[in-house]
Amino acid sequence: MARLQTPAELEELRKQILSTRDPNKPCITLCSGSACNASGSREVAAALEEEIAKQGLTTDVDIRKTGCHGYCERGPIIVIHPEKIAYFQIKPEDVPEIITETIQGKKVVERLLYTDPATDEKIVHEHDIPFYKNQERIVFGSNSSVDPKSIDDYLAIGGYSALAKALSAMTPEGVLQEVKKANLRGRGGGGFPAGVKWEGTRNAADPIKYVIVNADEGDPGAYMDRSLLEGNPHAVLEGLTIGAYAVGAHEGYIYVRQEYPLAVENVFTAIRQAEEHGLLGENILGTGFNFKVIIHQGAGAFVCGESTALMTALEGRAGEPRPKYIRSNIVGLWGRPSVLNNVETWANVPLIINKGADWFTAIGTETSKGTKIFSLVGKITNTGLVEVPMGTPLRDIIFKIGGGIPGGKKFKAVQTGGPSGGCLPEELLDLPVGFDELTKAGSMMGSGGMIVMDEDTCMPDVARYFLEFLTDESCGKCVPCREGMRQMLKLLTNITKGKGKEGDIELLEQL
Amino acid sequence: MDNEKIDQIVDKYHGEPSYLIQVLLDIQSEHHWLPKEALERVAEKLNVPMTRVQHIATFYKAFSLVPKGRHEIHICLGTACHVRGAPRVLDTVQELIGIKPGETDLDLKFSLQTVNCLGCCALGPVLEIDGKTHGKMAPAQMAEVLKNYE
Repeated sequence: MARLQTPAELEELRKQILSTRDPNKPCITLCSGSACNASGSREVAAALEEEIAKQGLTTDVDIRKTGCHGYCERGPIIVIHPEKIAYFQIKPEDVPEIITETIQGKKVVERLLYTDPATDEKIVHEHDIPFYKNQERIVFGSNSSVDPKSIDDYLAIGGYSALAKALSAMTPEGVLQEVKKANLRGRGGGGFPAGVKWEGTRNAADPIKYVIVNADEGDPGAYMDRSLLEGNPHAVLEGLTIGAYAVGAHEGYIYVRQEYPLAVENVFTAIRQAEEHGLLGENILGTGFNFKVIIHQGAGAFVCGESTALMTALEGRAGEPRPKYIRSNIVGLWGRPSVLNNVETWANVPLIINKGADWFTAIGTETSKGTKIFSLVGKITNTGLVEVPMGTPLRDIIFKIGGGIPGGKKFKAVQTGGPSGGCLPEELLDLPVGFDELTKAGSMMGSGGMIVMDEDTCMPDVARYFLEFLTDESCGKCVPCREGMRQMLKLLTNITKGKGKEGDIELLEQL
Repeated sequence: MDNEKIDQIVDKYHGEPSYLIQVLLDIQSEHHWLPKEALERVAEKLNVPMTRVQHIATFYKAFSLVPKGRHEIHICLGTACHVRGAPRVLDTVQELIGIKPGETDLDLKFSLQTVNCLGCCALGPVLEIDGKTHGKMAPAQMAEVLKNYE
């Protein structure tokens, strides 16, 4: 592949890719994210390839192994295009029937369809299923249509057009203003406006600056960042490169957990492909802008998700946070101005550049714009990743999309914001989700984990569980965290074992 | 682990001290633990003090300073798995193989570790053996699953 020299050449390549693709040719997309792989998606892929060859259809049918579709409860999932027939929980032995009936015979295999539990009706198309119907998948949606290992797939859906637009038709200042106007707030938990953070770095005097992707998704129960990186790594790279252009950085880092091997692998591939295409490296698209990206693997420490700790880890030291008298966007990695944003935040950037800040701000609430991906897990019927506009009430997410609590049990609480967040009971279910709304209710947005608990879940035990987690993960630098939590854990463990004493609860409140 | 292999890994990162963590991760994944001699070699090659190498090797969870068993069991104790009964799965596994989290049995067959989230929450409780994920585990299934490992 020769490097693309101009934005026009990129468009030419895109046209060429699209012209070789017949939208009416049958294409089987198979979810190959980590969760589906664990449910046997690799075996299904092998069976599909074998059966298609056996029936002599190799040139007539495409197979695309995509990233996570989000509906992990029902994996492995396959969707057959162009009709968009969705089959769930596929086993290798179902494959011959699918090829014979649906691909050859154009008939639907009833028993593999989704059954609506409310009406008992079979649903043929993915977009009619309640789980998908009530979502707005602007960031996560592309996951189900691209093979993460194929840059052509990403280009076919308009990939890197935002980068081309930014580099050729916008000034760095213009890109920055657009992101600022969109009021894109950090999806990793803090909710700090990305535009303001970028501006600080851009205006800093030091000529060497860095941009960083935080993919050290540490909150248990949250896995949207992994699914994005695994399923659509080019979107994150494109966002990062646009950010680098806006702030004037020429080097970027992706800090990704070593526990996510598939994400690491797909990002490596994506960087290599982008470099070969001239979308990364020296003189990107002939515009004179240089940018390279380096991957660092995290070695397992919850605290490294914190921005300053992550930066010390990138420097090859133990990840301990430092006090933030001076923000890291002024003095960050190697003491230079550094913009660190979460995976999902970066993935939003190309959309904002392509569609404009006004489009973005039309979605969401007064202070929280756009959408947010939540991972809906725990005691819930439809476990998976859901993307909804900010401001959607919790009740809609849990009951309309999530399908409520399985087994006819009663809802007790939903835990948001990871271990440092909080639990929201039934009476707060009509709360619209947004950064400020959740904080006001005593919890927080965090990275978007939502763990649903039913009547059987013991709340003191959950509290003890989180304390145990945090005590274990405390880096030990500051006394209140290191010593305070140890004492709290001791008290609470006694209480959950029925050995609590009078005064324990008061002491806990004090702590 | 011979020095030649270590030198190769260090060279892959151009001997840059900032890649210390990446170097140790590569050694860990190749050798499954970090022997003292390997740490000394890394310190020498990257030109960083041994205290810093040891600080890193003990701070991060991915590293082990003792030999590991032939099969590594990681049991997820993330929140989603926790509410779906992961602690009971852990208890059963501990009973079956007779070791606690962080330990390796005397025949070097199994090492047991707990992790905080494997990101497969839909399949909870989840455990991973040698990188293969086993989802929707019930305590009663554990004996059957572990039987497949020699």
